Amino acid sequence: MSHSTVPRSRTEADTTAKTPVAPGGATGSSDGRRGRLSLRLRFRRDRVLILMALPAVVLVLLFNYVPILGNVVAFQDYDPYISDNGVVSMLHSPWVGLENFQRIFADSSFWSAVQNTLVLFFLQLLLFFPIPILLALLINSVVRPRVRAVAQAVLYLPHFFSWVLVIAVFQQLLGGAGLLSTLLRNHGYDGLDIMTDPNTFKFLVTAQSVWKDAGWGIIVFLAALASVSPDLYEAAAMDGASRWRRMWHVTLPALRPVIALLLVLRVGDALTVGFEQILLQRDAVGPGAAEVLDTFVWWNGVRNQDFGYAAAAGLVKGVISIGLVLAANKVAHLMGEQGVYKK
Amino acid sequence: MTALIEKPVREPGRWAAPPRPVWEEPASKAGLASKGLVLGIACLAILFPLWIVVVTSLSSRKTIDEAGGLVMVPKDITFVAYQELLSGGQVTRAAIVSVLVTVVGTAFSMTVSVLCAYGLSRSGSLGHRWILMVLLATMFFSAGLIPTYLLVQTLGLTDSYLALILPSAISVFNILVLRGFFMGISSELTDSARIDGAGDFRILWQIVMPLSRAVIAVITLFYAVGYWSAWFNASLYLNDQDMMPLQNVMIQLVQKQEAPVGLGQAIKTGQLSGLAVQMAVMVMALLPVAVLSPFVQRHFKKGMLTGAVKG
Repeated sequence: MSHSTVPRSRTEADTTAKTPVAPGGATGSSDGRRGRLSLRLRFRRDRVLILMALPAVVLVLLFNYVPILGNVVAFQDYDPYISDNGVVSMLHSPWVGLENFQRIFADSSFWSAVQNTLVLFFLQLLLFFPIPILLALLINSVVRPRVRAVAQAVLYLPHFFSWVLVIAVFQQLLGGAGLLSTLLRNHGYDGLDIMTDPNTFKFLVTAQSVWKDAGWGIIVFLAALASVSPDLYEAAAMDGASRWRRMWHVTLPALRPVIALLLVLRVGDALTVGFEQILLQRDAVGPGAAEVLDTFVWWNGVRNQDFGYAAAAGLVKGVISIGLVLAANKVAHLMGEQGVYKK
Repeated sequence: MTALIEKPVREPGRWAAPPRPVWEEPASKAGLASKGLVLGIACLAILFPLWIVVVTSLSSRKTIDEAGGLVMVPKDITFVAYQELLSGGQVTRAAIVSVLVTVVGTAFSMTVSVLCAYGLSRSGSLGHRWILMVLLATMFFSAGLIPTYLLVQTLGLTDSYLALILPSAISVFNILVLRGFFMGISSELTDSARIDGAGDFRILWQIVMPLSRAVIAVITLFYAVGYWSAWFNASLYLNDQDMMPLQNVMIQLVQKQEAPVGLGQAIKTGQLSGLAVQMAVMVMALLPVAVLSPFVQRHFKKGMLTGAVKG
């Protein structure tokens, strides 16, 4: 039984000779490279571990992998009324080849959704992305532990609110009967309803995202900042670097890998811009300004029951998204950063 | 990203600033003031709307009418709105549904995730790389809304609460965080337990879980908030209005300005302001989250990052 202390340099013959003697489960140790057990023995040793992972794997296979097959309806004129069972309907729906895709690319409302998605993505990148970095630098420079803890608690809070709640809060403040409108009217101006104005909708969506998630975004940067050795700051100060120069030459380089990683993730996810958030406001603002790719899929599939068409649009989005993730990673690697996965 | 050194907490329990290191220049008044101002504005931008919501929900119809809408300064505190909402009827039922779905769903998600994270936490175990790949790949693609919808329909989950739990039960990110934490537990502890004859379930329950309270608290919160906040799956898979959870009722109430079923009378007779009712429902939705998350806060940084990136 002493074999968990067996040094790695022991010969292979030694360990393999030993293993079968030890009872089934007890052979496992944290180092699996030692010895070459037969597959059967390794299975006997690890079967409980595999069993434990199984429920999650089944759920993931069922709800993340199996639906991929359902994308075949993108090539069908899918009729949901054939049967309550989606598979039966799929088997009996006529195949139409690429017709759904041709329709999509000729559909001006699809291109409007693409445009809205991209505008929102760039706007959020420009106005949302820098805020958590600046807030993290600010919080990090606060030395009083109590002030820090309270500020963090407040800033993290909205992240845990549902989108329904966030939009309800904005409705009460900026809606037609909301606080701002009432104040304006009380002082003799016209009231205004920001919540239904298509022209300012993109800024409204960005403001909501900032309110909800900018505070939560600082957590990653704070962790990166905490891992900077204080010695670096001291050495820089000794060399006569001012506070700002220390931030430029010590703090920002420490944040660079994290910023790169988050940028990669964001760009990879560029076509997903707040589905729930926008869907909740789509009816109030109208599809002209509030239709993005995800809501386009929802509207055509769930509302209009045009499943083949919606699935085709979803498939276009999905394929482009995978391309974006891979491309963004490539760029990160070229820039010498790590990206999401290693080379 | 893994080695996170928290700054040592100096002078616990005091608001005063700890002494600065000798090499650092003393704080300038202007710097302190501007920092305080920015931070103050940021916090106010979050707290002020919540304050209005809470105060209005506690105000009588008279106060609300006098204020011309939202109340900023509380005059009289009344719990009429809450009494009405919780005395049976649509909102009461929705709140119960939300609580039950959240509790059952979180318990299920945690069980499955913790088991999986432990099952994958021993390096060199058979197949763990393959399983990990299968899980990780899902972070790069999504099957799409329509195929998922058709699957749930095919499985016969529509109009069942299972549709609110099963499709969103697993977050691969959460499993990775748990796994990263479990891997950090010294293998001497688990190995010695194994030598003493403990099986994997027992090691997980009696050694690994008690040592991982912090990360388990964080992940439980993440899952619970996910279930509590969810509305989309309910709108997609449930047709019966009586089955709807709280968030979906809130949408009708605030966005479509519909009074909840059974409350119309109290609003018409003038005892209760429709606005106070809306606000009270919002408070019901935010209260559990606002109360629980600060308790878990000190573990966030650790929970978010330990090993989230470990291969």
